[in-house]
Amino acid sequence: MTYISDEKHFELTVNGSKYQVKDSFLGASLLSVLRDHIGLTGSKGACEEGECGSCSVLLDGNLVCSCLVLAASVTQSSIVTVEGLGGATDVQQAFVECGAIQCGFCSPGLIMAATNLLDRNPEPAPDDVREALAGNLCRCTGYGRILEAVQVAVDGRKRDNS
Amino acid sequence: MSDLGVRESVVRGGIGQSPLRPDGVAKSEGSYAFSSDLSADNMLIGKTLRSPHQHARILRIDTSKALAMNGVHTIITADDVPGKPTYGLISSDQPVFASDVVRYIGEPIAAVVADDEDICARALAAIEVEYEVLPALTDARLAADPTTTQIHPEGNVIREQNVICGDLSIVGDVIVEDRYTIGMQDQAFLGLEAALAIPDPDGVGVECHVATQWLHEDLGQIAACLNLPETSIRLVLGGVGGAFGGREDISLQVHVCLLALATGRPVKMHYSRSESFLGHVHRHPAEIWMRHHATNDGRIVKIEAEYIFDGGAYASTSSAVLVNAVTHTQGPYKCENAHVRGVAVRTNNLPCGAMRGFGVVQACFAHERQMDLLAEQCNLDPLEIRRLNAMTTGDRLITGQVVESVAPVSEIISGLAAMPEPPAQAPSLHHPYELPGGAGNTTRTSDVIRGVGYGLAIKNLMYSEAFDDYSTARCMLSNGIVTLKFATAEVGQGFITIAPQIARTTLGLEDVRLDPIDTGVGSAGSTSASRQTWMSGGAVEAACLKVRQLIFEHVAASTGCDAFALVIEGQTLVDTTNEKRWPMTEIVSGLEFDEEVEFRHRPTVPLDENGQGDCHTAFAFVGHRAVVDVDVELGLVRVVEIATVQDVGRALNPLSVIGQIEGGIAQGLGLALMEEIIQRDGRIMNPSFTDYLIPTIADMPPVTAKLIEIPDPQAPMGAKGVGEPPTISSTPAIIAAIQDAMGRSGASTTHLTRVPIRPSDIAKAVNSTLRD
Repeated sequence: MTYISDEKHFELTVNGSKYQVKDSFLGASLLSVLRDHIGLTGSKGACEEGECGSCSVLLDGNLVCSCLVLAASVTQSSIVTVEGLGGATDVQQAFVECGAIQCGFCSPGLIMAATNLLDRNPEPAPDDVREALAGNLCRCTGYGRILEAVQVAVDGRKRDNS
Repeated sequence: MSDLGVRESVVRGGIGQSPLRPDGVAKSEGSYAFSSDLSADNMLIGKTLRSPHQHARILRIDTSKALAMNGVHTIITADDVPGKPTYGLISSDQPVFASDVVRYIGEPIAAVVADDEDICARALAAIEVEYEVLPALTDARLAADPTTTQIHPEGNVIREQNVICGDLSIVGDVIVEDRYTIGMQDQAFLGLEAALAIPDPDGVGVECHVATQWLHEDLGQIAACLNLPETSIRLVLGGVGGAFGGREDISLQVHVCLLALATGRPVKMHYSRSESFLGHVHRHPAEIWMRHHATNDGRIVKIEAEYIFDGGAYASTSSAVLVNAVTHTQGPYKCENAHVRGVAVRTNNLPCGAMRGFGVVQACFAHERQMDLLAEQCNLDPLEIRRLNAMTTGDRLITGQVVESVAPVSEIISGLAAMPEPPAQAPSLHHPYELPGGAGNTTRTSDVIRGVGYGLAIKNLMYSEAFDDYSTARCMLSNGIVTLKFATAEVGQGFITIAPQIARTTLGLEDVRLDPIDTGVGSAGSTSASRQTWMSGGAVEAACLKVRQLIFEHVAASTGCDAFALVIEGQTLVDTTNEKRWPMTEIVSGLEFDEEVEFRHRPTVPLDENGQGDCHTAFAFVGHRAVVDVDVELGLVRVVEIATVQDVGRALNPLSVIGQIEGGIAQGLGLALMEEIIQRDGRIMNPSFTDYLIPTIADMPPVTAKLIEIPDPQAPMGAKGVGEPPTISSTPAIIAAIQDAMGRSGASTTHLTRVPIRPSDIAKAVNSTLRD
């Protein structure tokens, strides 16, 4: 835990950029700081208690629910949000092309989880995908097209590597 | 098909194809603005004070301490509502803020607006409200009793509706009956309620960006409560994170506009998940008794039923939900004699209203469980009993209405029978997800019993009972670009994908753009009742056809050809008299047309007191087969596969249709196995995603879908609505499959009559000596 001398002012590294966080409650969650103070609204809040995964971000490469992370505790970490993926990654494209997006509220979180899975395990079995995405709720799609999208991204990487 | 002027659809991104969602990339990158993402300079935050009591008289509200707090701008109560004090979709019976009596836990009493959310929370805690607690009415059956105290000036009974037809003296050779219970389901859309209201610089009007299903209905209700002309209010669709019926009613719309006007500053309100459970209506919990009479060989001769729907404290759409339930009692089966009684009542429970399936979910659960009972009594296969009774086009419903829609029920049954079943459980398992209990590692392979069950449904499309149901669309052609304008709420279903497809095919032009979705054009009606592809799709098609006719007339006038001989083939204009061809882009160059159309479906009539009348517009049909693995001892279920055959008329966008089917089935699975709002003394015991469970990717099995595409002559482009049917009969199919597995276990079992089914329900059904 990093000691913060000035509770009104700390610094986060998000998507490679440094942000000074001012006027934030020291107990604020990373999600609320990202959305309300830094203005990165790609991470979504739908449950506030780590059940829906809509707020998923990468913290030093690990997938976390940003609603459960104390913002002031991660000043030394590298944070990557959906905005930091760069856009049009293979996973993002597969989600769009496979019909994995309907209302899209869960999509940023699912894309972060799927991206993290493929970084850890480039060739996951379907049950591995289910396990990795089981922390992300989607109410529109029934998940069929999401599984398909992840498979398309996996197949694409296999093709690229062969 | 209505589109005789088009020979074939070869335009890229036209109907029948699956072009990408126009908002897909933005949604994948996190740049799409949901209503909860909106903000404005100088913005304040609003929060709602809600009743902690189920039923109480408000003796005193003192906001002085809260108002004196730093950062609090104002607090509004019922006294600050300048117009109509109540709102509501069918009956205006719900107070904007409770003033004299509160009728459910969570009812709004006041709203505070402050610099930030924390100040709001402290201010809410500082508002003093003195209550005299009154006895709460929680039992719907009791509420229907005329001797019970009436909890609302309009009475406890929202609507009674019987359906009586044929010869009621008929008694079947075989009689099966039971009582069924359906729990209260939540829409559980991911994007929580949120709106941003911005007062006009003149201090009179307001612009509200809101996630809703029906902009113009909101507009009318807001204007009445604000005592403003509708022209002083502009509603813009904020990005909507799912809806499923839960955004058809007003939630925070009036509050946020009042706060913005009171402060002269932009105000944002957004609910938390727990507040969302209080802030929108839910699927009605229902008690249903149903008795089927049949001949010895399994033909239904009479159905008797009684429905009690708990509407909660305010009416919302309860009366229409009840009508849907009682009129769908027979399911997709022939029946000539029926005696159905139904009542929807007010209680001091949470208000209930629209959710995907809208009353038919409840009716279907009962009639499909009954069909399985009947099959058992008549010693018939579950598909055989359904085939024997299958409805067809031209049959008369128990309401006296003739089914004019394409009714491919027999085809659905044959389709289901032809779909291969998934292989039996593999002896060596790779992953605990392949067993009931999943990662909990509760179940051994040897304890697993497989079961197969079926469910079929009929669902009305669009609005019923003489409702003036219409949608407006505008088609603007300029510089070779087509721009569409409509107020159709895009809630995730994909109308913004389909609308340009319709325009491309109708006009033979690829470049189609969408104007923002707002109240700057006439109403589109609600994104509900599986109606937008038919209604707004029909409106877009009609507006484009008008423009096309103007193009044809222009070409005819300038070339001397016959306008009626012109057709569009793909992206080419063809004179069919001489096969002369022109590229459409060339033809429209320099042309400017702007046409607006109000599209209506055919009229319907209200039901009479015996439930007779052509009250519905059209119907769609669906069937589901569920394959489940059950650990009977532990009462745990894993759904292995859902197979479905759905009557879609014509798939305008096959990928979107599959999305609706898979997503709808997930919600049907949720109701079957896990989703229920538990109330104790009117308080929700599980208002969170920790305790109110919705299916995860680990719960959802693969879905195998077969589409029946028989274009419906009454539907624009032949396409039926596809949104609701998947949710309806998937639920009873899963319960039937569990029943089948229990039967195969060899134990004596009782009939499963409740959803969601709980582990204890399964355990009790196989061993009736177990107690609650």
